[in-house]
Amino acid sequence: MNTRDKIQYLDRKELEKLQFARFKKTIERTFKNCPLYRKIWEEKGINPESVKSLQDITRFPFTTRDDLRKNFPFGFLALPLEKIVRVHTSTGTTGKPKAIFFSKNDIEQAAELIARSMEMTGARPGDVFQNMMSYGLFTGGLIFHYGAEKLGVLVIPAGAGNTERQIQLMRDFKTTIIHITPSYALYLADVLEERRIDPRKDLNLRIIYLGAEPYSEETRNKIEQIYGASVFNSYGLSEMNGPGVAFECEMKEGMHLWEDNFILEVIDPKTGEPLPEGEEGELVLSTINREAMPIIRYRTGDITYVYPDQCKCGRTHRRISRIKGRVDDMFIVRGVNVFPSEVERVIMEIPEVGRNYQIVLEREKSFDIMKIKVEIKKRFFDGSLENLKKLQEKITTRLKSELLVTPKVELVEPGALPRTTGKSKRVIDKREL
Amino acid sequence: MKVKQISVFLENKIGRLAEITSLLGQNRINIRALAIADTAEFGILRMIVDKPEEALKGLKEKGFAAKQTDVIVVKVPDKPGGLARILEILKESAFNVEYLYAFVKKSGEDAFVVFRIENIDEAIASLRENGIEILGPEDVYSM
Repeated sequence: MNTRDKIQYLDRKELEKLQFARFKKTIERTFKNCPLYRKIWEEKGINPESVKSLQDITRFPFTTRDDLRKNFPFGFLALPLEKIVRVHTSTGTTGKPKAIFFSKNDIEQAAELIARSMEMTGARPGDVFQNMMSYGLFTGGLIFHYGAEKLGVLVIPAGAGNTERQIQLMRDFKTTIIHITPSYALYLADVLEERRIDPRKDLNLRIIYLGAEPYSEETRNKIEQIYGASVFNSYGLSEMNGPGVAFECEMKEGMHLWEDNFILEVIDPKTGEPLPEGEEGELVLSTINREAMPIIRYRTGDITYVYPDQCKCGRTHRRISRIKGRVDDMFIVRGVNVFPSEVERVIMEIPEVGRNYQIVLEREKSFDIMKIKVEIKKRFFDGSLENLKKLQEKITTRLKSELLVTPKVELVEPGALPRTTGKSKRVIDKREL
Repeated sequence: MKVKQISVFLENKIGRLAEITSLLGQNRINIRALAIADTAEFGILRMIVDKPEEALKGLKEKGFAAKQTDVIVVKVPDKPGGLARILEILKESAFNVEYLYAFVKKSGEDAFVVFRIENIDEAIASLRENGIEILGPEDVYSM
């Protein structure tokens, strides 16, 4: 057994010992080097001495995405800037993104988790891996790329989109593994069919990693059927390095959450109290192997449960279930997290439209469409179609720059949208996952 | 010699136009001419009616986004080249026509064209100088 294997099968006691050592070290270092966390913890009367066991993590206050936003960009840094080599961002609630910083070691660790996950699912040197996730600020591209190189497979940094080229690359280099969003996998299948290319015969795919969007077990089966390849579910979020926080093994019964790097808790989102294994609640994660930007007790907003028993594969890292939904009303469009509150804020800033809005999510040819309906205000209506079109464009541009996803803006008559107090009615999701 | 036109914002929804026309009908308002300009998601209904003030009031009361705009109505001889001559005049004086639509009177010999033009007063003067007949509000409302 090499080191990478050993850690996966580490005896539970040993694993927890390792977790505790890393947890303690993280708290000590963070307390010393991150004035923000020190202040937060001191206010609660907590210091590194408070950490006597793994369970002591529950004494620490939660960190929320709002905390990250408020202290954007450098507030949570625990290393001087000259030790930082990378930043990734994801969208946030008030136009400010969340910034996640990496040291050289952090990149190395994040890549190692991907390498481990890929190896667990059967990827080996000799495989040809085509990464169809967007590169750049989104972690799904670069972090996965680094991990695949670390494992030693041949990486094609194809990036997202450009379907013709994706197909060409798959054929030219006999791609065996792809990393792709579920909606794009379905779209790609349609295009392949139009081109009369049979993925089972004409391509060499054997493994597919789906990520960045929620999807159902049915979609997994469908994609496996179409491509004749094994589909693995995974979980990640940029706040916790990005992809590869948890990954399915060959059993495909839940995702092993890499507990040597993270402390895993499931809490009752209302009370904040920890829930026993098997009970559904909000996933809370702490980094215990990250130096640039440690995050303790991060409320992911994702709903899941922990499998109480050990996996048949023999790995000791506990498994979380497929994400069941969100604690808040966040939704994902084309791999991008969108909060209705972001839409709302943009709309509030545009005087020509009312405060009421509705978001309709549809899927056309396996491509997500986000429609945003807004009511025009009577006093701004001047009878000119041109001005309405300009208004529509203005709203689209503003929303696009805030949400990083291009919505289809529809102007509707004053009073046409239902008046609701509950937020859930604002979002109508007609997509079939 | 400007004529009042009513513009109503319309989302593309089944039955919306029917609601407006029946609302006008109930208020005993007669539509002289109408046109719809639309995009895929919404449109604007433009109308010349016999009682524009009442129409506007009625529509606003029912919650519609409605607006009065000034347009000119020009009498166009119903023969080849009739409209072309008018557009020529406007072009030469560099008047920008935002939109236009036409209607005919019952068993009439002339056609009528509604113009929405920037610098409407100058446009009226210019057309007049060239001998084009422009209809006053009373002529149009009582057609």
